[in-house]
Amino acid sequence: MTVTIRLQREAFDIAAEVAALTAGRADVGAVVTFTGVCRADEAGAPIAALTLEHYPGMAEAEIARHVEEASARWPLLGVTVIHRHGRLTPGEVIVLVATASSHRQAAFAAAEFLMDYLKTRAPFWKQVEKVSGKTWVAANAADDTAAERWSTPPPRHEAAK
Amino acid sequence: MKLLYFAWVRERLGKAEEEIDPPAGVATVGELIAWLARRGEEYAYAFENPKVIRAAIDRSHVRAEARIAGAGEIAFFPPMTGG
Repeated sequence: MTVTIRLQREAFDIAAEVAALTAGRADVGAVVTFTGVCRADEAGAPIAALTLEHYPGMAEAEIARHVEEASARWPLLGVTVIHRHGRLTPGEVIVLVATASSHRQAAFAAAEFLMDYLKTRAPFWKQVEKVSGKTWVAANAADDTAAERWSTPPPRHEAAK
Repeated sequence: MKLLYFAWVRERLGKAEEEIDPPAGVATVGELIAWLARRGEEYAYAFENPKVIRAAIDRSHVRAEARIAGAGEIAFFPPMTGG
């Protein structure tokens, strides 16, 4: 399995990342990408920007642990996770999760699983800049619920051929 | 041991990290939080609601019952909001 995990300040080219995931292989039949984008509002109030703080070292390790867990649950051929940090303005890409598999079901499920865990377990924190000042984004209970639905013991798949 | 603070925990304390040497009776993450909260006004503010504080030992999530003996690096932070 091809695994790419990067944390970076810089913007990146989603098409190039997807191309890298499938380059030189003929067994990929499905690539699912999720792109998280900075909105122009937070809890109903307009924002100028958001700043993502992270725990260097742990963030990479935590994402890698969940990629490993995803590959144990589904027959994946490749996973790319790129998460930006620093100051981002509305419209900018925050995160990319791309999963490759022979068939779409595994790719869809793994991408959703990885995003649900990224939201609740990867050590990142969003601070938003509103007209009234800077505030930290509160954790969303719906994100915890979304992550919990994966917590039943997973059916293990046969190793990808 | 080294302590690291992130997001509003870091802001309330006014520092991102420090070296500490807790007394022998402080054995778990929960006890460490309670001990830290008594170190001064900014600590009391940062740790005023221990239930919302998340912790990691050597870059892995842990619960309040986790033992701190042998830890190299302990981090405290609010619930995560990435993605």
